[in-house]
Amino acid sequence: MNLQQIIDHLELKPLTNTQDFSQIEPSTGYTADLLSCVMAGAKSHCIWVTLQAHMNIIAVAALLDMSAIIITEGAHPDEATISKANAQSIPLLTSNRSSFEIVGELWSLGLRSG
Amino acid sequence: MDFSSQSVDAIEAAAGKISRVEELVYVLRVSEVMTRDIKVLSPSMSMSIVLELLRQEHISGAPVILNADLIGVVSLEDLIRALLVNDLGAPVGKYMTTKIITARASDPVVEALKVFTKNNIGRLPVVDEYGKLVGIITKGDVTLGILNALQKDFQREEVRRYRASHLFEDIVSDRSSLILRYNIKKDDFTRGGNASSNIKRALVRLGANHQIARRCGIAIYEAEMNLIIHTTKGGIIRVEIEPHKITMRAVDEGPGIVDIELAKQAGYSTATDEVREKGFGAGMGLFNINRCVDKMTLESEPGKGTRLEMKIYLQPEESVGETGYHFGENSK
Repeated sequence: MNLQQIIDHLELKPLTNTQDFSQIEPSTGYTADLLSCVMAGAKSHCIWVTLQAHMNIIAVAALLDMSAIIITEGAHPDEATISKANAQSIPLLTSNRSSFEIVGELWSLGLRSG
Repeated sequence: MDFSSQSVDAIEAAAGKISRVEELVYVLRVSEVMTRDIKVLSPSMSMSIVLELLRQEHISGAPVILNADLIGVVSLEDLIRALLVNDLGAPVGKYMTTKIITARASDPVVEALKVFTKNNIGRLPVVDEYGKLVGIITKGDVTLGILNALQKDFQREEVRRYRASHLFEDIVSDRSSLILRYNIKKDDFTRGGNASSNIKRALVRLGANHQIARRCGIAIYEAEMNLIIHTTKGGIIRVEIEPHKITMRAVDEGPGIVDIELAKQAGYSTATDEVREKGFGAGMGLFNINRCVDKMTLESEPGKGTRLEMKIYLQPEESVGETGYHFGENSK
């Protein structure tokens, strides 16, 4: 399943520059809001569900070669964070729904732990 | 103004370029630049067919073949001779040139160039070692072949420059290493992760495999965040990259760790609530580092500071630089 299908199904709002999301295939998912947990547990090319919206999430995603970040609960990153995400080519997506709901949807779409 | 030194430089630069082209005419083989898809004629065809062929294909001549043997060449001049006497119905055999000069496919291009110059011609049939026709070479083919070769040289150099993995191969010493240093400021959360991202990128460029670069990235990230969150004045991260070992050090001047063994335990944290709200201070930092590196040494004294050393040993096949291309291609 590609990122464009995920965006459509979950009605996510992309904050970063438009790109061909259908070319991105997240391999698995991960959710946590403690960055060190993410560092320890998230796999390459995963899609990360978090309610953290500050700049450090981009560094974490870039270090782990993530496919995308979904920021939940309507949290909104600042401009600097969005531009850093663009620079590192990490798609940033937002949703007003909770992490629990988003993860549930991703699971029902077929995404599993890697 | 001193023109003399400038012009010497310019001449040397030009000489450098010329010599590469000159070198190429010796290095490139006729078979590498010739045209293989060739139009051939038979001696019984009429000269009017030659006219059509030369016009349609925008060529100035073609070889004549009989029973797979090269027996002649028809050129524009031969066609004109036939035209002048209004004899386009005549067979090719009547007007073709039978005194054929050929180039050998295995010869260096320079041999073909010598023949072009000596005989004032622009096109040569190319034969293999058995005298069988395998292609045609023109001055245009030579120019194109040299340009393609230069283009390949250029691309190779670009890749080499980007990869930088030749660094350790180029520098010969008993022990070569590359040291990267980063000053990390206390409470600089906005730039948190910059040092680790930069180090990871440097490692990939140096030809480290992606798994190694990732392990270093995670370890440095945690060390970097520790300096940002816990120190009194920030600290320094120093990474020494050697072909078989990566040594990372994070050093600060305080406040120091009271109980080192406790600090190493997963989940133990002294971070403030404010820091925890941002998702830091999970008490996983040192635990994560320990998981990612082969050897972790933590020395600390309250009031003096902390010194964290992390080492990753590279197996010969993971070595940075020495098998750079191989591992560069493995990434992503």
